[in-house]
Amino acid sequence: MEHLVYPSKGLSEQAFEKREVLFETWHVKAEYAWDTGVAIGKYLAELKEGRIVGRRCFKCKRVMVPPRMFCEHCFRPTDEWAYVQDIGTVKTFSLCYVRWDMVRLTEPEIPAVIDLDGASRGMGIMHKLGAVDSRAVKIGMRVQAVWKPPAERTGSITDIAYFKPL
Amino acid sequence: MSMRRVAVVGAGMTKFVRRSQETGRELSWEAVSKALESCEMSLDQMDCVVMGSAPDAFDGVHMKAEWLSDGAGAWGKPYMRGYVGGGTGVFAPAQGWYHIASGLFDTCLVVCEERMSPTQPHPQAAFNSIFDNFTERALGPNLLWIFALEMNAYMNRYGLKKEDIALVSVKNKRNAADHPASLLGDPNITVQDVLNSEVLAWPVQRLDVSPITDGAVALVLAAEPVARRVTPKPVWIEGVGWCLDTAYWTNRDLSYPTYVEEAARMAYKMAGIKEPRKEIHIAEPYDPFDYKELHHLEGLMLFGKGQAPEATARGVTQRTGDLPVCPSGGLLGVGNPIAAAGLMKIAELFWQLRGEAGKRQVPGDPRRGVAQAWGDLMQVGTVVVMGK
Amino acid sequence: MNRTVDIVGVGWSGFGSITPDLSYKEMIFQAATRAYADAGIDPRNDAQGFVTAAEDYHEGTSIFDEYTPDQLGAVLRPMHTITGDGLHALAAAYMNIASGLMNVVVVEAHSKASNILTLDHITAFAEDPTFERPLAINPVALAGLEMQRGLDAGRYTVEQCAQVVVKNKNNALANPAAAYAAAIGKKPVLEAQPLATPLTRLMAASHADGAIVFVLADSDTAKRFKGKPVRVRGIGWANDTPALDSREWLDAKYARKAAEMAYRVAQIRHPRGEIDFAEVDDTFAYKELQHLEALQLTEPGQAGALTEQGATERAGALPVNPSGGGLGVGSLLDANGLARALEVVLQLRGEAGARQLHKANTGLAFAWRGLPTTSGAAVVLSN
Repeated sequence: MEHLVYPSKGLSEQAFEKREVLFETWHVKAEYAWDTGVAIGKYLAELKEGRIVGRRCFKCKRVMVPPRMFCEHCFRPTDEWAYVQDIGTVKTFSLCYVRWDMVRLTEPEIPAVIDLDGASRGMGIMHKLGAVDSRAVKIGMRVQAVWKPPAERTGSITDIAYFKPL
Repeated sequence: MSMRRVAVVGAGMTKFVRRSQETGRELSWEAVSKALESCEMSLDQMDCVVMGSAPDAFDGVHMKAEWLSDGAGAWGKPYMRGYVGGGTGVFAPAQGWYHIASGLFDTCLVVCEERMSPTQPHPQAAFNSIFDNFTERALGPNLLWIFALEMNAYMNRYGLKKEDIALVSVKNKRNAADHPASLLGDPNITVQDVLNSEVLAWPVQRLDVSPITDGAVALVLAAEPVARRVTPKPVWIEGVGWCLDTAYWTNRDLSYPTYVEEAARMAYKMAGIKEPRKEIHIAEPYDPFDYKELHHLEGLMLFGKGQAPEATARGVTQRTGDLPVCPSGGLLGVGNPIAAAGLMKIAELFWQLRGEAGKRQVPGDPRRGVAQAWGDLMQVGTVVVMGK
Repeated sequence: MNRTVDIVGVGWSGFGSITPDLSYKEMIFQAATRAYADAGIDPRNDAQGFVTAAEDYHEGTSIFDEYTPDQLGAVLRPMHTITGDGLHALAAAYMNIASGLMNVVVVEAHSKASNILTLDHITAFAEDPTFERPLAINPVALAGLEMQRGLDAGRYTVEQCAQVVVKNKNNALANPAAAYAAAIGKKPVLEAQPLATPLTRLMAASHADGAIVFVLADSDTAKRFKGKPVRVRGIGWANDTPALDSREWLDAKYARKAAEMAYRVAQIRHPRGEIDFAEVDDTFAYKELQHLEALQLTEPGQAGALTEQGATERAGALPVNPSGGGLGVGSLLDANGLARALEVVLQLRGEAGARQLHKANTGLAFAWRGLPTTSGAAVVLSN
């Protein structure tokens, strides 16, 4: 099948850096203001107050975080708000030594999925761990949210600065 | 009810390169011209065109399928792009299958194109916006996070070591040394090389990951009467399946890909497969990261949960083993132009089942293979079963 | 194979110039709930497949496919997106059923256009990055170029284009789901600000938000459901070239090819005699005229005159866009085609209220993907 591979030409990084090849650059201006809707609107407003809110489905009995106005398994509207704790268990984590644009970091960021107490089993959220020795992080570790001071909260997931070991 | 039989009758591809001189439209054309050449058919004989390509942000063109259309041979034809993230490359032939099986068309050109290199400062930047715009994006996540989180969950669940997983990377990069389109084939790579490579997002290291790649692959699909006219060796699409799990990925068990199992069940049922491990002779599961091959072999029910690493260590998945896995070299070795990489796996099964895989040919006259891809937020499985 | 396919349920939500009270997921959930109630199905048990039409840059999310299943009841089910118009998604669903693979498939498309702050920039991002984009011309200029070509060739006049706007915005007065209805005359349309001459501001559809969900089933399965089925008699889609330098500027080749396929599938030989009414893309007023000709519903160069004579009004011989079209209802991005098809379904079911047509047995819906594309899809529906 060798003859069915087209001899496409690969260019080197150097060819670009030294501008040996021509190229167009473009910065796309893609800006959005998304309607949060009912569930996420309340979730973000409650984060600003230092609380984490979920939604309960009376049919499957789950308490879901992040909250949603419909239960995706039962396909029916969810029934009531349910506050969950800002304490939870690390379900999985990573020690990430590169930023989103692949710039290397000396100290790792520690993203984790955290199962929150009061939510149904397995109902985690993604956040970062802090105030912890990266070598000491373990799956199953108990952690608690560290909130920003009320004046600095904006109604965002970053109103929780990070989760720290309990 | 009995369904119309559809075969793959031709395949072609570009070389997989880090940064192509060609534009996406040109890469598409190159792959299409080779696929048509392989079965001695002309573009006029193609009734419709299916395009597969992953995020627009890579090529840097909004509605990129529209832009790619003439390169893909779609000028004046019915043309449609399906999109299931990283799962797209194996979904595209399933989509081609339903175009023909519907009775609307007798032939279909399936093209998958991906150029990751245009995105600056790094293609990873395009992945920022895959996270939930309200609840996650503000954390500044990158794509490696979710792989690392899933890999760690898998390792923790079954007590696996990095060494167990690195064997996959070594096998696939070695296999790829025999692939003429390969970007990262390496006949001499060792487990130690993988373990010594730069840590990106522990447990993910540099050589656990497939590279940024540009490339395109094309297939020609035909209904049975056309297929039998065109070639003495059609390879039949015996089963197709796809499945999408919830977007709330942090609410799921990350140690097992249930959505792959569901997609596989759909495809196996259509193909009449009851015992996949006995009835499938080659597997091309999706391997953008080494642990994913293991994860997916389990989801495809080719090995029990947590048992794929041990089978890999025993050599079962080597090209000469009892169940050759990624004889092509996979994404880890041949390269990972997302959608094109998935379709490369279908092309590999096509060549293997016809006995045309050259140095990569799996011994023992394989009669049936399965290819699978995966994508979104660790959420979608796409499966195609092919047989001769 | 050779199975017939019916639309057995429809639902929608939104259809306002803004929808600040609902997230896209909540808006889609509403539309889906209504469609499932209309069909009398439980999506978790009765539907085998789900298809959403969406484009990443319209959502502001890469790989938007990720966020499609939950609000449709599609979790852990065969679900995929089509980066195309809602009618392309409808075609995908049609093929999944016609092949025998599935019996019941759900189709969804939506618009949250009000959430996009830089839509012109995003549309420009669809142009060729080396040949076209560096010129940094607002893409609406492409509509001006095309309209000018039609005027120059004598296909229609500016007044006839203005009459399309008058008809569609007045039609929309009878449609409670139309965001841009107006009892408007020709003068303000002609005197409105020029966007790209000869195109004025009022000759271009404004954007709206909304979600639309259809439930499709093979005709045997459809009999088990409570809804009144509408037959998908024919479907077709096609592309002209994306290149500005080599496309056909005068005729809408994509529309002609798409309609030819849809008519072939529907076994329609004389569209003018067999199609009772049409909902066709009117993103720009001249597009309605250009499309009617390409769809073989009028002779070339006659659509404008017929419009002036009132033939395309609701009481005319060939009602076109009785809903109000894109000009009256609003442009719904990737959901445009489903909005057109939705009106055809309601008319065929006799549920179009104040805008109900007297004769509605077979209708055509046609969608264009908008600037800068040459991509279209057509569907013929019958009672």
